[in-house]
Amino acid sequence: MTSPAPITEPRETPGLDPATVPALSIDGVSHSYGPRRALMDVSFNVQPASFTALLGLNGAGKSTLFSLITRLFGIQSGRVGIFGHDISKTPGEALRLLGVVFQPRTLDLDLSLTQNLLYHAALHGISRREAAARSGELLGRIGLSERAASKVRDLSGGQMRRLEIARALLHRPRLLLLDEPTVGLDVKARADIISHVRQLVTEQGIGVLWATHLFDEIMPGDDLVVLHQGKVLAQGPMSRVIAEAGAQDVNTAFMRLTGAQTVPGGGA
Amino acid sequence: MSSITTRDAPRGFSLQEYLTCLTGIVWREGLRFLHQRERFVSALVRPLVWLFIFAAGFRQVLGISIIPPYETYILYEVYIAPGLMAMIQLFNGMQSSLSMVYDREMGNMRTLLVSPLPRGFLLFCKLLAGTAVSLLQVYAFLLIAWLWDITPPPSGYLTVLPALILSGLMLGSLGMLISSGIKQLENFAGVMNFVIFPMFFASSALYPLWRVQEGSPYLYYLCEANPFTHAVELIRFALYGQVNWISLAVVAACTIVFMIGAILAYDPSRGLARRGPAGGEG
Repeated sequence: MTSPAPITEPRETPGLDPATVPALSIDGVSHSYGPRRALMDVSFNVQPASFTALLGLNGAGKSTLFSLITRLFGIQSGRVGIFGHDISKTPGEALRLLGVVFQPRTLDLDLSLTQNLLYHAALHGISRREAAARSGELLGRIGLSERAASKVRDLSGGQMRRLEIARALLHRPRLLLLDEPTVGLDVKARADIISHVRQLVTEQGIGVLWATHLFDEIMPGDDLVVLHQGKVLAQGPMSRVIAEAGAQDVNTAFMRLTGAQTVPGGGA
Repeated sequence: MSSITTRDAPRGFSLQEYLTCLTGIVWREGLRFLHQRERFVSALVRPLVWLFIFAAGFRQVLGISIIPPYETYILYEVYIAPGLMAMIQLFNGMQSSLSMVYDREMGNMRTLLVSPLPRGFLLFCKLLAGTAVSLLQVYAFLLIAWLWDITPPPSGYLTVLPALILSGLMLGSLGMLISSGIKQLENFAGVMNFVIFPMFFASSALYPLWRVQEGSPYLYYLCEANPFTHAVELIRFALYGQVNWISLAVVAACTIVFMIGAILAYDPSRGLARRGPAGGEG
């Protein structure tokens, strides 16, 4: 439909070559809740304009990792960078470039769709006029323009998710995190959301980190990070991860990796 | 539509962006408040019960001598009005914190905290938004009280505003400080009993402190040390166009201490995160 405003304009920052700065870099990150270790020396990158699937079962540490990337939790050890901005040292600059869809719903149910979007825009310091224009545009893109004034409570689960994604894009981030965004949705809603997000990658050059435990959401050409019990067991292009595990498909590769507990060599 | 400027170099945040954020948070809190009419009604009914029933019954028991800022003998209703205004703010401060605990559980707090603006500023905005809501409640109460013949000087309605903002911030940040130590919603009932009621009763809200002193010197010292007493006195004097400097100093100092404490307690590296993931881990 309408072409979105340019997101990936050439960037000129001395010392940072846009071609080599990852959208997200996780470097030796560990995290514990008291004696329980949730993440152990996790390292991987997400490149701009790429779709990276973070694959892990429930309890693998995906949500902890998301809480660290979004600065909800303090980093205990290691480093998280968003386009080169350290989340601990310059959180403002890092968060500005980050859009996030959390696993639990985080919308105000009694407020309208537009009100939810305007609130989010205000949190990013976007002026009311600009925010209204962007909200209208985004609601159009997710096909909910006519519902703009309805309460969020009246939306279906899939519509709420689409609204959350639209909200995450409102401040035009260049990195988008989604924590199991399709959980609890029907087949159609799932497919819609997946294709929408993949479109963002190809058309707008957004780097996407997509946490999931559903193997059928991953496609050849995606980057894969397999997280299991707080450790990265494998990472790289999907075909390589499958080959290195000596498997035929993602499912088998995942079972072999997590069952055998061996960490294949190779990292980004 | 404006194009995106180069964003890789740190550019900080403009005053305009801070203000947009502040008004956005206050606006949302206001909208939420309007959607919770029962909250508004109960916020009003509580002090009105005290005013219409308790004060009317107590009027004959407790004589009030002439004490500043009053210049004549006053009815007991007139005496407890500022205490009830502070009570509205006390409940509202705790209720805003309750909503923060609730928000945290619902994940709404996450939306706030991933804003790129400094976290301390975001929490300050949240406090100010809660205070704004308490002002609506207090002025609605004052309107009804006026019909009940509690008529401070007209200018008092204006001079009391800064006092209400300060006391609202103090009680809100106290609530936020307490709420950051609570993990479960149910625990909040305990806080009501252990914080709200002792603070309210061990203060000058319902009886002048010289009366308390006659009865129990120790209780008197406790009341004097209670920040809520000073919030009440700050409001009482301001309502009659005067400044109680000691109360002003105490309330201002407590506001700063509670607010810094609340912001530090929310710091992920020092506060909540240590205790475990908020809201369940996937």
